[in-house]
Amino acid sequence: MTEIVLTVEDVEVTFPTGTLIDGLRGRPRSIKGVAGVSFSVARGETFALVGESGSGKTTLARAINGLQPVSAGHIEFEGKAVEGQDRAGLKAMRRRMSMMFQDPVGSLSPRLNVGQLIAEPFRIHGVEGRDLRGEVVRLLNLVGLSNDFAERYPHQLSGGQARRVGVARSIALDPTLIIADEPTAGLDVSVQGEVLNLLNDLRERLGLSMVIITHNLHVVHHVADRVAVMYLGRFVETGPTGEVFRDPRHPYTAALLSANPEPDPDKAHDRISLPAEVPSLLNRPPGCEFHTRCPWAREDCRTRVPRPEPLGNRMISCHYPLEAGAKPPERTPA
Amino acid sequence: MSEAVSEPPAEVGTFRRTMRRLLREPLGVFGLSLVILVVGAAVFADLLASAEPSRISPRDRFLPPSADHLMGTDQLGRDLFARVLHGGRIALLVAVGSTVVSLLIGIVLGLIAGYGPRWLDNILILVFDALKSFPTVMLALALVTLFGPSLTAVVVVVILVNVPGYARIIRTQTIALKSSEYVTAAQSMGASPARILRVHVLPNVVGPIVILASMDIPVVIAIEAGMSFLGLGVRPPTPSWGAILNDGFANIRESAWIVIAGGVPIILTTLGFTFLGETLRDVFDPRLKGRG
Amino acid sequence: MTVLAVSGLSVEFTTEGGTLQALRDVSFEVPERKIVGVVGESGCGKSTLINAILGLLADNGHVSAGEILFEGAQELTTLDPTSMRALRGERISTVFQDPMGALNPVLSVGRQMVNVQYRSGRSKAEKTARAVEMLQKVRIPDAEKAVNRYPHEFSGGMKQRIAIAMALMMEPALLIADEPTTALDATLEVATIELLKELQEEIGCSVLFISHHLGVIAELCDEVIVMYAGEVVERGDVRDIFNDPRHPYAHRLLDCDPARQKGLVRHLPTIPGEIPDLRARPEGCIFRPRCHRAEARCTETPPEIVVSPGHMARCWVAEVPERAEAAR
Ligand SMILES: Nc1ncnc2c1ncn2[C@@H]1O[C@H](COP(=O)(O)OP(=O)(O)OP(=O)(O)O)[C@@H](O)[C@H]1O
Ligand SMILES: Nc1ncnc2c1ncn2[C@@H]1O[C@H](COP(=O)(O)OP(=O)(O)OP(=O)(O)O)[C@@H](O)[C@H]1O
Ligand SMILES: [Mg+2]
Ligand SMILES: [Mg+2]
Repeated sequence: MTEIVLTVEDVEVTFPTGTLIDGLRGRPRSIKGVAGVSFSVARGETFALVGESGSGKTTLARAINGLQPVSAGHIEFEGKAVEGQDRAGLKAMRRRMSMMFQDPVGSLSPRLNVGQLIAEPFRIHGVEGRDLRGEVVRLLNLVGLSNDFAERYPHQLSGGQARRVGVARSIALDPTLIIADEPTAGLDVSVQGEVLNLLNDLRERLGLSMVIITHNLHVVHHVADRVAVMYLGRFVETGPTGEVFRDPRHPYTAALLSANPEPDPDKAHDRISLPAEVPSLLNRPPGCEFHTRCPWAREDCRTRVPRPEPLGNRMISCHYPLEAGAKPPERTPA
Repeated sequence: MSEAVSEPPAEVGTFRRTMRRLLREPLGVFGLSLVILVVGAAVFADLLASAEPSRISPRDRFLPPSADHLMGTDQLGRDLFARVLHGGRIALLVAVGSTVVSLLIGIVLGLIAGYGPRWLDNILILVFDALKSFPTVMLALALVTLFGPSLTAVVVVVILVNVPGYARIIRTQTIALKSSEYVTAAQSMGASPARILRVHVLPNVVGPIVILASMDIPVVIAIEAGMSFLGLGVRPPTPSWGAILNDGFANIRESAWIVIAGGVPIILTTLGFTFLGETLRDVFDPRLKGRG
Repeated sequence: MTVLAVSGLSVEFTTEGGTLQALRDVSFEVPERKIVGVVGESGCGKSTLINAILGLLADNGHVSAGEILFEGAQELTTLDPTSMRALRGERISTVFQDPMGALNPVLSVGRQMVNVQYRSGRSKAEKTARAVEMLQKVRIPDAEKAVNRYPHEFSGGMKQRIAIAMALMMEPALLIADEPTTALDATLEVATIELLKELQEEIGCSVLFISHHLGVIAELCDEVIVMYAGEVVERGDVRDIFNDPRHPYAHRLLDCDPARQKGLVRHLPTIPGEIPDLRARPEGCIFRPRCHRAEARCTETPPEIVVSPGHMARCWVAEVPERAEAAR
């Protein structure tokens, strides 16, 4: 029986938008950034979130960390509910669950130097009895930066160096869960490998669990145990990474995987091209929300809402899951 | 492309560099020299002027400048040079002291308004606006009727006049930083609001406001002089530039020296601080140009 | 004609620990209507290169040698700040690595897009219409409403696309893009590449494109420059670089791409060793300490070897491809 570290159940996050007038006109006054997702992460497991930009990955990550109130659903970290925690409870929780942010330089306070930035978690949690200077040096070396970086300020770092500082900070207090939002964006492939190997080592040694958000599907393929594909705030397909990559069953997953650029200038791209228009959260399509862009959409997809259904090891929200290697049908322009 | 944002933030801990750049600007050098002169004169007032600023000497009324009395004497025979230097001491103390206090209050209120709950923000904004819409003179008169003419009245007026402006600027910047990723990152590490404000917000918002405040010093000096001139501020016989000016006007027929002695220091100080402040602002933060 | 010609460019930063040479003797050209990609280790000076071109080096940095010729006429390293600003506004536009940096958090997106057009002489309504049109082009849903929203209300990827829209709005001669697609998912990344290509052809501009995503470089670029520790170690046609890399660093870099790993690997390949301290560059070849092909002569500065027309590598052993050597 594997120990579950994080459970997310039917979580929804709404943002207020629009004015009272919009409300009177019958337009929605709020949008659902995350519209009901469920998953769990076991100790030592790496769970990847991929999907459209704007599909709510960051919002979900923020909700897990208690930075964003949830409007429905339940989040449990190490057996305790995240929502409704008071400040002290959240603080204790955040010591064991750290977050890496999407913007490497932007998430570093501009007036603090690298040494101070890395010492921040220790200061916040008043960790006594540790030699701060020594900890900073240890962490710097762990992420492959030399000691003299401690004196530098964020604007004097390259994007990749700033990213390593972010990694150092997030592993400072030996957390049980790391939520990494684009941990390798802006890194060259070699350093990207180093960062991922580092996280992987920690996972193996300390039983660290990870929720990793990334657009780099090649990375997901190699590091994640399970993957969830998000579209408009929902999971459309969840399952073991290898299986999902081998034969995607949801049309959006298939399109995403086929789009992945390959490092070969002469590769013939056999892409499933999707119509450009991404639906707005203000105006969610009826029926299956992907039908407006789905090459395989049938008549009833426009009206009937699919529910997540188990299919082998996976959960899929689609009325007509694809067969392995399905080619998109010739489209007749509507 | 917006350019300002793509530039890296001003290097931290760059006192020497700032001074170097300041010294390249003629106006800055001029302002700095004036400020040093004025401050020096006030600090060393006792050494520079041997005479006692409040000692009345009826025999020496309305003397023109001489070796004994560098700026002459006033209607009571007091040495004007000594009065001007000691008056400068009062003016600077009031100006710097009340500006620093306004700054502290303004920063704290601004941070609270910007970072705190919405309702608190609304209340604070209401208070700031109400204070702002009150004409300075009325405010001064109201306070003087309450407390009587005194230095305290001057200081309180200055604080009430300055705080709303400072607080609003700090508040706006705080709100902008509130959604920045590094503030969110600090939250995600479990930092308390107080720590976030102190470590992550404050250092990024104080720069411009300190410069703006230094440019307000001449305004404060003018307020002090004005109130003392009207008899609402410093009480005789304490020396004050405003009071000297007033004496000068009352006795303009007997001697023009008194008005000059009271007026010139006000002009020099104002110019000095203004030039210095403007140059500093341009050196530090070109984005603030055309403001204040 | 070449739009941008950089020759012998060196850039230094003054730091507490001494002078840091961020770029050394960098030379390359961006031909008209071509997309040139730049790849290389994090911290190898790609952003510094861009900042030097734009005259936006940090206070502690300066160009210590070399020149940057724009459109065969203007020398950018000595251009006065006013002309530089005008140039940045009209002829050269930029999309930065960090989308938030390009957007002002306190102004609505539409307002910023209108402000960008301050020289165009259009009416306010036309400017707004143009802003909406550009937002639609980069696939921001509800563009008419989106113009009234503030940057933090958009996702990271949306912000990046808005930044692209703003940069292309001025129809520049040169677009400089510093990792513009890192925040985008694969379908949008591909769409953005296609869009960039399309707009590039439509406007007829050249593009200097930085990315760590080798797949994107392979797909988008005509020519590629490989940088290491502030030097250009190899450059050439995109096929030359991807199919026949001659510099050992370029070779290693391509090998590290997870996309090239056959089968599943938990432990990804990396290049062992560390980037040299840029404040104390080693003598000779800069890659020597990490190079598995290093020889005695590598302690001397390597020559620029022309492998084939337009394909050069700065390496003593560049004439012999790695595979051929392995076969011997
Ligand atoms: N503070 C906010 N107010 C209103 N809407 C918001 C806010 N934050 C996010 N959103 C909206 O919620 C949706 C999800 O945003 P989120 O940042 O979670 O996307 P994402 O999946 O992380 O995208 P990306 O991959 O581009 O980072 C977007 O449509 C975004 O516009
Ligand atoms: N203002 C500065 N002061 C001192 N060193 C700097 C400064 N700016 C950059 N550097 C250093 O110069 C080198 C090149 O940085 P640059 O930002 O150009 O790298 P990059 O190639 O863009 O990296 P990345 O791919 O990670 O963004 C780095 O070692 C960096 O630390
Ligand atoms: Mg995101
Ligand atoms: Mg960079």
